[in-house]
Amino acid sequence: MKNEALFRFLLRLGDDSLILGQRLAEWCGHGPILEEDIAMTNISLDLIGQAMSILDYAGVVEDKGRDCDKLGLLRFESEYVNLLLVEQPNGDFGDTMMRQFLFDAFRKPLYERLVNSSDKQLAAIADKSLKETRYHLKHSSEWIIRLGDGTEESHTRIQNSLDTLWRYSSELFYSDEVDNELTKTGILPDLSGIRSEWEATVNSVFQQATIVIPTNNWKFEGGRLGRHSEHFGHLLSELQYMQRAYPNMQW
Amino acid sequence: MVDKAQIYSWLEEVSDPEIPVLSVIDLGVVRNAQIIDGDWLITITPTYSGCPAMKTMEEDILSKLKEKGVDSVKVELVLAPAWSTDWLSENGRMKLREYGIAPPEHEVDKSVLFAEPTVVPCPKCGSRNTRMVSQFGSTACKALYQCNECQEPYDYFKCLK
Repeated sequence: MKNEALFRFLLRLGDDSLILGQRLAEWCGHGPILEEDIAMTNISLDLIGQAMSILDYAGVVEDKGRDCDKLGLLRFESEYVNLLLVEQPNGDFGDTMMRQFLFDAFRKPLYERLVNSSDKQLAAIADKSLKETRYHLKHSSEWIIRLGDGTEESHTRIQNSLDTLWRYSSELFYSDEVDNELTKTGILPDLSGIRSEWEATVNSVFQQATIVIPTNNWKFEGGRLGRHSEHFGHLLSELQYMQRAYPNMQW
Repeated sequence: MVDKAQIYSWLEEVSDPEIPVLSVIDLGVVRNAQIIDGDWLITITPTYSGCPAMKTMEEDILSKLKEKGVDSVKVELVLAPAWSTDWLSENGRMKLREYGIAPPEHEVDKSVLFAEPTVVPCPKCGSRNTRMVSQFGSTACKALYQCNECQEPYDYFKCLK
């Protein structure tokens, strides 16, 4: 393999998109209103499209003949390295929007930096994906504010969503030798400003939504190293079903 | 002798499968056509990462050029530079409007977060008194609007920059 750190970084990036895309696709036909059903599946499509570009490129870097389908659909649970946040179940519409918002607010500043990667293909993928992510963030932010600053019922429920999902947010900023190696070799630009930018977005939106960040410091991490929550195996069984039942099928 | 202009004019006959009024040239997804080692190489770029029409467009381009007698053709998908709605041709914008889809407005405000929705004139009656129903429409590239005057619901080919 030409660059193992780059391969691992791309898997993390691609798995986040793939798994969140899969979760959003579960809403297809079940959205609370038609427009939101369409919005969530649109965002799902963007994310799965991004995952295809990223995982195809990961396959090129790995150089073992795996493409986005092989990487996306034929790995075992512990080989996926997505964030725990994105694999959490959809819950109610508020839970889904909160999960999306915490993620979008992170993805936008991340892509804004990856656009300047010295790796041309990574920069190209980031540039393409950034344009889509801006729309996703706008959509999820507006819903957080509307639900939080809405009725007593919607306020209580979106606050509950935040209380439940907040514990998965610190993993967004997980960093290890993969990032260090890529920063040292100049492939990754300086990513250190992402957290403060994310905090500024999150604080501003929560303030308008009149909801508050929970004060406990529970944190759950492990996804980046392939340690997943109990929900993940169920998600994979659905995601991988066709390729497992009919190996190498194409359509 | 087949030249690039000829290839482009033939590609005017290949339409977007989801917005058949637009050709792949109008849409701006065809980035280049050149001869590499005796084969024509057509470079295309997706409008959105997950656009399901790209595969169909690729196949339609291949079969159109075969039909015109150009046998050795390859189509390559590239991501950079990223497609933007600025690449829609003037002709394409006109065709969209006639078809009932509002073409992308030149949005000035880039601060997507909390920016007010863009004013998109109704393609049916021309009124500017319209509202956004949803940021996401029938395909990845469109948003859903409705006219407050004539009540027409319509798609807006949303700005992507």
